[in-house]
Amino acid sequence: MLTWTAGIIILIVKLGIVLVVVLLMAAYLVWVERKFLARLQIRYGPNRAGKFGLLQPIADTIKMLTKEDTVPEGADRLIFLLAPAVVAVTALLMFAVVPFGRDITLWGRKIPLVITDLNIGLLFVFALSSLGVYGVALGGWASNSKYSLLGGIRGAAQMISYELSLGLSLVPIVMLARSFSLVDIVQAQEKVPFILLQPVAFGIFVISAMAESKRIPFDLPEAENELVAGYHTEYSGIRFGLYFLGEYVHMQVLAALVAVLFLGGWRGPLLPPPVWLFIKILLVALIMIWIRGTLPRLRYDQLMALGWKVLIPIALLNILVTGAVLLL
Amino acid sequence: MTSAWEATKALATGFATTFKHLFRKPITEQYPEYKRPLPVRGRARIILTRDPDGGERCVACYLCSAVCPVSCISMQSAQREDGRRHASWFRINFARCIYCGFCEEACPTSAIQLTPFFETCERDILKLVYEKQDLLVDHSGKDHEYNFYKYAGVATGVGGKGEHFREDEPVNLKSNLP
Repeated sequence: MLTWTAGIIILIVKLGIVLVVVLLMAAYLVWVERKFLARLQIRYGPNRAGKFGLLQPIADTIKMLTKEDTVPEGADRLIFLLAPAVVAVTALLMFAVVPFGRDITLWGRKIPLVITDLNIGLLFVFALSSLGVYGVALGGWASNSKYSLLGGIRGAAQMISYELSLGLSLVPIVMLARSFSLVDIVQAQEKVPFILLQPVAFGIFVISAMAESKRIPFDLPEAENELVAGYHTEYSGIRFGLYFLGEYVHMQVLAALVAVLFLGGWRGPLLPPPVWLFIKILLVALIMIWIRGTLPRLRYDQLMALGWKVLIPIALLNILVTGAVLLL
Repeated sequence: MTSAWEATKALATGFATTFKHLFRKPITEQYPEYKRPLPVRGRARIILTRDPDGGERCVACYLCSAVCPVSCISMQSAQREDGRRHASWFRINFARCIYCGFCEEACPTSAIQLTPFFETCERDILKLVYEKQDLLVDHSGKDHEYNFYKYAGVATGVGGKGEHFREDEPVNLKSNLP
């Protein structure tokens, strides 16, 4: 009984810490993105709220919380109100399987530094990533606006297409690590990070991950110069904030996945493991922002062609080659 | 194959360009700390000027109000004892004003003028409704010499009949019958 209670307390503490860190990181990722993107475009970025604009995320949050929460006339009220939560919740839940350090021992108890070491962790991530599509598609549909609907349709089509290459690109990783668990995958990278063994899978995964998190050059669901704001056109206040949060948490999760699956996760010399994971996430995020600052948005047919005609065949070929090498 | 090579090269050039921009000094002008010199004929905050002798120039002819595309000017005309017309009240809603300058062009007496001062921002929108005492200044703005009543041919304190600039003596209608 005592050990059970202690286990629950430890779990809740871990959940609390991870939730706070992830939300803070999402908020400050917005700041990092605005600042870094601004420098890429020879601007300053936010620099009014606090030193270097460091209080900007807090100011934005307060603004969103105090704005009126409007529901357009003719909207499907219940779905309209619930859809943003789907995006935010699925993105947050994905963090449950990301390991951020090796097991530590506190008061004679072994505490794994991961919320839950699911033996199908990777599948869990994909399942939640697919569920995230519902938030986009339903939000776009329930708004009863043509821009939202078009954005929602595009979002659904794009996310389903890129989910395939996202999943297929990771099959070689699973073959190498012989496990779906992210903890085991990090263990398997003790000697060599998988980016050196699977550079092709890495490329496909990063491209698909950017498409999954709907970032430029794959931001067709939002496409502000043709669809106003896409699927969240009609949203305001904190519900828009939830979409925004979901997007950045999603970006963070996918950056964390890149770090865990290809860059060796929390492994690194000198610094403590969670710091290494943080550095790797930030690095991937900065590269994503750099890509955003450089490339224009793809046309819709180009997007579909890239997904179906380029990434999926290469991913399949990669699986075949990896399988052949493993067999020999 | 060549197209793939060219695409890669184009991508690399793009990324190199943005990367180089990262180390350039931002070109943004930081507004409240640095105020760029304004063009002297910049159009912003509207004033009502006075003639060189200190009288109100506005004769409440309603031309500015009529020409205003957003209808932000309103007034009420009245007449003083000495024959000068003026606006008993004059109101400009700067929350609506688009600073097009049509009012200045329409004004026959150079009374209404636009100044380059633009920092009129307020938290309360009603504070942007300026009354006559807020608009009236005690200088003559851009047109220093002009005094409408010196040319007007109307008997006022500025001059009686025949005393205005380039005005002939009044003719006695009864004396020049054929």
